[in-house]
Amino acid sequence: MSKGSHTRTLALLFGFSFLYAPIALLVIYSFNASRLVTVWGGFSTRWYVSLLENDQLIASAWMSLRVAFMSALLATVVGTCAAIALTRFGRFRGRLVFSSMIYAPLVMPEVITGLSLLLLFVALDIPRGFWTVVVAHATLGMCFVAVVVHARLVTLDRSLEEAAMDLGATPGRALMSVTLPLAAPSILAGYGLAFILSIDDLVIASFTSGPGSTTLPMRIYSQVRLGVTPEINAISTLLIAGVALVLVLGLALGLTERRQRA
Amino acid sequence: MKARRSLAERLVLGAPWAWLIVFFLIPFLIVVKISLSEAALAQPPYKPVFDLGDGWEALSKLGELSLSAYAGLADDWLYAQAYLSSLRLAFVSTLCTLALAYPLAYAMARAPLRLRPILVTLAVAPFWTSFLIRVYAWITILRDEGLLNHALLWLGLIAEPLHIFASDAAVVIGIVYSYLPFMVLPLYNAIARQPPELLEAAADLGASPTAAFWRVTVPLSMPGVLAGCLLVFIPAIGEFVIPDLLGGSDTLMIGRTLWVEFFDNRDWPAASAVAVVLLALLLGPMALYERSQMAEAGS
Repeated sequence: MSKGSHTRTLALLFGFSFLYAPIALLVIYSFNASRLVTVWGGFSTRWYVSLLENDQLIASAWMSLRVAFMSALLATVVGTCAAIALTRFGRFRGRLVFSSMIYAPLVMPEVITGLSLLLLFVALDIPRGFWTVVVAHATLGMCFVAVVVHARLVTLDRSLEEAAMDLGATPGRALMSVTLPLAAPSILAGYGLAFILSIDDLVIASFTSGPGSTTLPMRIYSQVRLGVTPEINAISTLLIAGVALVLVLGLALGLTERRQRA
Repeated sequence: MKARRSLAERLVLGAPWAWLIVFFLIPFLIVVKISLSEAALAQPPYKPVFDLGDGWEALSKLGELSLSAYAGLADDWLYAQAYLSSLRLAFVSTLCTLALAYPLAYAMARAPLRLRPILVTLAVAPFWTSFLIRVYAWITILRDEGLLNHALLWLGLIAEPLHIFASDAAVVIGIVYSYLPFMVLPLYNAIARQPPELLEAAADLGASPTAAFWRVTVPLSMPGVLAGCLLVFIPAIGEFVIPDLLGGSDTLMIGRTLWVEFFDNRDWPAASAVAVVLLALLLGPMALYERSQMAEAGS
């Protein structure tokens, strides 16, 4: 038994170092004084200072945040509706097509999603810009929200909702005041997921954005193509720190909630 | 079965329906339509075949549909090679991801109960950080003068730098790394939910731990293996960022071909035809994936 547990510890150590070593190296080398990314030239924060002077990068970061905020909001509203429809509406007409369309974008290659949405906007003569990226990201995000919220809704005890209705609540009222509050953590997680998907996306944004709506990944990508610089490490480190903060907060929130319930 | 739905219910059902039809279904039909048009030096760069605005007259124009984009696809051996090489790289990457993810998922599922939520969060957390950044991190590691070669030279394991960067091997490493969380999670779920009594029963019946692992744990985790493999394989085929940043100029992948046709050559019909054929290829695996997901969701 103890031999097996050693092997398993080794598997954990190996797996997690593979996952985290590249990220750790990226962060370490963002504090490198040398311009050469692979030669250590001493500790420095000069690349963070030069980030602050890079107006284009800051503008695209704002654009990304705005797009992510709006698209995740839309995705959460529509995606939650889809999840409710899937769990509460029984076998409505076209259910199979509906759920196929919910699951398909999760694995659909991004180049196809991006191209098809761009061609839609061109066909409708809609100028590309902020809103076209928002709509494209919301389309992807709503499917993820729907899956996350659906997974939570199917585990909820229907009898709570039925009790509310026995007490005179309409089905809609029972949904709003019983089911949705219980599903709130998953809805919040869905929003976070949609936000992250949007702020990370390069391919779909490249197809659907126009002049003046360059997102942060698009800016980073064009800089990487020109050559690897420590400045990219610096902006990456800031992004990773942001995500880590949100994750730790989310985990802490989840843990306290579980403790309260226990 | 309710006879009529209330207005609110119809709104809840109608909003996602409308959204999916307008922004998911119709765009695909447009891709198909444009793949049947001819390229032109215009803005947008294709000859419009028919407009929905033409109404019934559009039907009479069906004869003007052009297969030239598909003929171009069939004529040029490069496209076929790009499809085949995408399939090959995605397949190899999926197997490597599985080989790496299974021991990790197994160890996670057998860890003490109180540690498991933390381990799951750790395994999924990289997925929440930018995909582009994680691929970028590998450039500095894999380059000829990169960190990996520095380390190996310093250790004396190699005499001269390995040329991994800008090759198919780098693309495989990139895919394995980026998609690992997608493989670990379904595997973990499939292993963690197996009742521990099964292994005790196997041991009582005389099976060694190794035999029990191969004859009980592994077969029972097959739904997780299938879901994980499809979650890696399908998106990997159409991957653009990884082959573009880590692959060499001779690394052919169809997602990159589509990108080049669209952005560099501005040949929209060709890009659309590439997308239609890619989608046709993926239809089988995607149907399989959807079936496994819906079975999982119990719907």
